[in-house]
Amino acid sequence: MSEEPEIVLGLYVPPHPQPLLAPEQNEGWSRLREAFDTCRQRIEESDADLMLIYSTTWPSIVGHQIQAHPKPVFTHVDDDFHFLGSMPYEFHMDEEYAECYREACEARGLHARTVAYDGFPIDTGSVVALKLLNPDNRIPACIVSSNVYSNRAEQIVLGKAARDAMSKLGKKVVIVVVASLSNRMFTEHIDPADDRIHSAKDDEWNRKILEFFGNGRLEDISQLSRDIQGQIRVSKVVAYKPAWWMAATMGQHNNYDGEVLAYEALHGAGGAVIQLTPAKGGVGDKEFDEDDVEFYHGDRSVLDKGML
Amino acid sequence: MVKGEVVLGCLAPHPPHVVYAENPEQNEPFSEGGWEALRWGYHSLARKLKDIDYDCIVVLTPHWQTYVGTHFLGLERFQNISVDPIFPNLFRFNHDITVDVEMAEAMHDAAAEAGIITKMMRNPDFRVDYGTIVSCHMLNPDWDKPIVTISSNRSTHYYSNEVMNEQATALGDAVMKAIEASGKKVVLVASHSLSHRHFVTEAPLPEDMSREHIYNHSQYVWDMKLIDMMRRGEMQEVIDVLPEMIEQTMAEAEGGGLTWMMAAMGMPDYPAEIYGYQSVIGTGNAIAAWDPNESTRQLVL
Repeated sequence: MSEEPEIVLGLYVPPHPQPLLAPEQNEGWSRLREAFDTCRQRIEESDADLMLIYSTTWPSIVGHQIQAHPKPVFTHVDDDFHFLGSMPYEFHMDEEYAECYREACEARGLHARTVAYDGFPIDTGSVVALKLLNPDNRIPACIVSSNVYSNRAEQIVLGKAARDAMSKLGKKVVIVVVASLSNRMFTEHIDPADDRIHSAKDDEWNRKILEFFGNGRLEDISQLSRDIQGQIRVSKVVAYKPAWWMAATMGQHNNYDGEVLAYEALHGAGGAVIQLTPAKGGVGDKEFDEDDVEFYHGDRSVLDKGML
Repeated sequence: MVKGEVVLGCLAPHPPHVVYAENPEQNEPFSEGGWEALRWGYHSLARKLKDIDYDCIVVLTPHWQTYVGTHFLGLERFQNISVDPIFPNLFRFNHDITVDVEMAEAMHDAAAEAGIITKMMRNPDFRVDYGTIVSCHMLNPDWDKPIVTISSNRSTHYYSNEVMNEQATALGDAVMKAIEASGKKVVLVASHSLSHRHFVTEAPLPEDMSREHIYNHSQYVWDMKLIDMMRRGEMQEVIDVLPEMIEQTMAEAEGGGLTWMMAAMGMPDYPAEIYGYQSVIGTGNAIAAWDPNESTRQLVL
């Protein structure tokens, strides 16, 4: 077992189906599709043997769910954008890694389970990412859910558990986070040609986040997660979690080469395709404003401790 | 033409656990039972429905979540397997659903005329959500009536609980116009729990009832307050207090189902029939019905 996992690169990609199903309807969607294609080619040129996806469009409640069906087959249709078409899929999952990841989660105090059921509804974001980044199932994949109640400590530990499993199995891994930047969409149907970021505020924050990503400052974005949630995220869940998980999984530092391959509107939301490659000599010092948690002990009993 | 009407409104929570516990032939997993207070309540309500003359069931479900408007199922038949994304160990249900497309289109058109953003869903590969399936199966296990499914617009997330109440009320008003114009007898279903904070772990045997209880007492108190108001026929007051309850209990009424149904039924001021209350993985679930016909209205519990 190696000490540090070998992470070839990390990608941050949007969950919306437009780049897969309708790139021709909008120039921006087309540019996102081209960026996906570029990433696909880079993955093919790497010698990665696992693609690990964290998808914000796969919510879970009972702990953390990890996809372990060796060959999930189905036809997925998006709840909102069903009129763009269907997404038939047949993927190749890494069962061994999925089980190892579950064990690593449990060893760190998390409740986790694998799922391997015919017809299980793989979410839009994961389907889009896998179909565009790994269309021929060249490398096996694994998907982990986003628990609706989890907060920072749990997400950090979830990321560290992913590293534990990679190290144990000696995997060379491509990390994929499926998430929007700003996630407010237009609430009416629009002409695709008229798509734009929902507001100037969302756009300004997105560009600031992209500046950080472009400079490889992943840990700094992780530290900014609560601000990002408050400023540009519709409060569907308790927190903006993808940067926490991505940083904890790839390494909590700023030593990355960052590249923003595309940034476009997706029905008003901010969609970006970003690549982070582990490097040396990145900028900025990490500042842990909050605990760097190694083991999950559950919610803190703040009230109980206050009585001491 | 005879004016259409709502013949019954049902609050019908959809934890997949209740279908799992029933062991219907459509569901793959096997259980040893559990959640009897809810299941027996559902059985009683299903018997009542058998004695009511109606044409279709119209359900608003929070598990078809749409951010761009309100959507309506728009194809006559959906055959597929529904696997619950949260509880796949409990719910893998083979379904064959018939849709009253004429009714769905009429509701869509009435809502659009009222200024509500709408969309018909006509993709044959679309998977009907498990909220629809659980509520409809428990109310009508024979599946011998067509349904209409209406999506849950997430205005609570995008705006506020108060805006949700306003928009769901407008949708209810529009749906009622479509029902009246159709000449049909319709059962409305709001498919959701009351308080909705879950435990994030599950017992090794999910139906182990020694492990089942409400998530916390605050949720229970809120649930009881609402049920008491329902018993007294104070539905306008319930809808008025709903934004605060949603905020404090994460109530699944955030999806708009109860507000929509009560608006369509003209905010009933008569007592609801209460069929059961029980927690499921910590959430508070009440089965209730509003019977506009005074001669058949009952005191159940």
